[in-house]
Amino acid sequence: MLQRLIKPLLALALGACALPSCAALNILACEPEWGALAQELGGDKVSIYNATNAFQDPHHVQAKPSLLVKARNADLVVCTGSQLEIGWLPILQQQAGNPKIQTGQPGYFEAAQFVRMLEVPSSVDRSLGDVHPGGNPHIQTDPRNIGLVAAGLAQRLAAVDPANGAYYQGNYKAFAGRWQAAIANWEKMAAPLKGMNIVVHHKAFVYLENWLGLKEIAALEPKPGVEPTGAHLSEVLALLQRQPAKAVIRAAYTDGRGSEWLAERAKIPAVLLPFTVGGSEQAKDLFGLFDDTVQKLLSAQQTTAGKN
Amino acid sequence: MKVCSISLLVALIALPAAASAAAPATADADLRALRDEVARMRESYEKRIDALEQRLVQAEAKAAAAESTATKAETAAANQPSVPVGSNAFNPNVSLILSGLYSNLARDPTGYRITGFHLPDGPLGDITPQRGFSLMESELGISANVDQLFYGAMNFSIHPDNTVSTEEAFIQTTSLPQGLTVKAGRYFSGIGYLNEQHAHAWDFVDAPLAYQAFLGGQFNNDGLQLRWLAPTDTYLEIGAELGRGAHYPGTGRNRNGSGASALFAHLGGDVGASNSWRAGLSQLSTAPQGRQWDDVDAAGAAITNSFTGSSHLWIADAIWKWAPNGNANNNSFKLQGEYLRRSEDGELAYNGAATGIYAATQSGWYVQGIYQFAPYWRVGLRSERLDSGAVDYGSNNAKLLRPDYAPARNALMFDYNPSEFSRLRLQLAQDKSRQGVTDRQLFLQYQMSIGAHGAHKF
Repeated sequence: MLQRLIKPLLALALGACALPSCAALNILACEPEWGALAQELGGDKVSIYNATNAFQDPHHVQAKPSLLVKARNADLVVCTGSQLEIGWLPILQQQAGNPKIQTGQPGYFEAAQFVRMLEVPSSVDRSLGDVHPGGNPHIQTDPRNIGLVAAGLAQRLAAVDPANGAYYQGNYKAFAGRWQAAIANWEKMAAPLKGMNIVVHHKAFVYLENWLGLKEIAALEPKPGVEPTGAHLSEVLALLQRQPAKAVIRAAYTDGRGSEWLAERAKIPAVLLPFTVGGSEQAKDLFGLFDDTVQKLLSAQQTTAGKN
Repeated sequence: MKVCSISLLVALIALPAAASAAAPATADADLRALRDEVARMRESYEKRIDALEQRLVQAEAKAAAAESTATKAETAAANQPSVPVGSNAFNPNVSLILSGLYSNLARDPTGYRITGFHLPDGPLGDITPQRGFSLMESELGISANVDQLFYGAMNFSIHPDNTVSTEEAFIQTTSLPQGLTVKAGRYFSGIGYLNEQHAHAWDFVDAPLAYQAFLGGQFNNDGLQLRWLAPTDTYLEIGAELGRGAHYPGTGRNRNGSGASALFAHLGGDVGASNSWRAGLSQLSTAPQGRQWDDVDAAGAAITNSFTGSSHLWIADAIWKWAPNGNANNNSFKLQGEYLRRSEDGELAYNGAATGIYAATQSGWYVQGIYQFAPYWRVGLRSERLDSGAVDYGSNNAKLLRPDYAPARNALMFDYNPSEFSRLRLQLAQDKSRQGVTDRQLFLQYQMSIGAHGAHKF
């Protein structure tokens, strides 16, 4: 009886290990941008699962069964940090029975530790909305941050999987070269955007603004994480009469109604930025993400050129 | 600096020209000498300007280097952990759940009993609705990692009658490999779907009738729990518990060993990006010793019976969640149902004396759907029914009532969640849990959380 049971179980275990995901380093990426970055650096030595897609708000995710399984089998978890995943990542760490991905272990990687955080509040209170004590967590909207995180992630990959350390380092060098060239190119293309006034839906673009010199006039959310209200939208519209903006921008996962309402009345384009890899058809990888972001901002600026 | 030098040069060149215009008689020799002098000066200035320009380029490069060093230092400084360094740096996470209720019941809840189900005083008091204003379970939770191996948590609950109980107080491993987790202490058992959730995470004001009838609302246990998450691609979790089993349907006992054991298995996964599901099967075995309840016998006299024997509860649960692309910001739907079936076998002491056999198999189910129709707004419907089943009192059959009645309840719920941390709820219910009584109920409830961020459990 026992033998009859053990045989299929063994076959199942061996069968599972014959899959490529068993030999490769299993990476659970909390957000698609880190999945894409890990893919650039890890090549065929890694198997990546993205916990969220571009159409989900990474803050509002549940520790669903599929994520628990991925956390249990992960060798490395790559997340933004700064409490972006506070609602669900701690549960995964607690219930997955995987010592490798606990906070403080090499298998737990926080991207926010490698960049200079912006909007770090001096005091926090929930009446201020969804504020993050560690600073604004949406660091991936500045490609220079991606470059900094890449260096940290390459080192971490080598620490978790030393046998392939040289491979990861090699991939990093190649990526860093291409990335620097791409940044220079984006900066050249985006030069006319400097000083452009924008309205944002959620305060999710502070790093992008910092990079390209965009000026955020207002946010549609009265407080971070609080849906736009009619009264607040009217206030923003009134503000735009005095201080016109070129576009109202939002991430792929945010509801478009607020943006559309404002865009129609203020006669400016509502721009849906990919925000992360997969957020638009063009944003197939990290390069496409910024190609598309810069392109969309430029065309928005051209649309309103001469009007304001 | 460059601009300065050039204007000086222009002035110098212009000066002799002006002078020659003023004094046309000046000798050619003097003019040549002056011109030579100016040419020399020009040459010398140009050299100096070149030198200055070069220095400027060097200075700019130095400044850029210094700026980048400063940025690096700033980044490094910004990334220094900003935790307080005092003795309170290791203070655990503290969270407080505040909850209150206003109930308007059409019928008097005095002497409330679910017809055909025998609950001891304690759990019966917990599930009996109250009229008017009351505090609901308000909860204080403290949790943190103990060290590199363990996590610890405790939850105190303040009840409407001003008593405090310890809902949970456990330690849990964080560093066992292979998907293993061990929990020890007092915890909500992993059976069913709702049982492990704290009351403030439920979608209705009260627990389903089946949970009230078979578990007194919710089953917590003092003991040990082992969980194993299988290394498969589909979510498969298996758990086992051993414990004291002092909570209904068990009783307190004076014995070594375990008074309650539980087994559960969960299966789950995603269907596309928009759907996730989980299904489970659980079993709870307890060994109540003299579990007492007040009842009325066939002659209408108030009596107290007690049961000693074994109690086995089976639970099948399933939950399905939908949100477009997995984004529950605007719309989401949750369908959830559980079926509970309990068999009890042993001896019954009729009014503390005449002992006969007791064998009962009873069951119940609920199904509920919650639809989020706009950001912050949800509406929910719950339908439930109990089957008091076949109860055999053996030699006491003639003396005890065996009502043929199926308690039922339907509830409609609206809630408004202005943030992740606050919820206001209206619940309307038609409660037929007592034979011959239809109670129309209205509840208004608030639930708020302060302190550490709550968990988004599935």
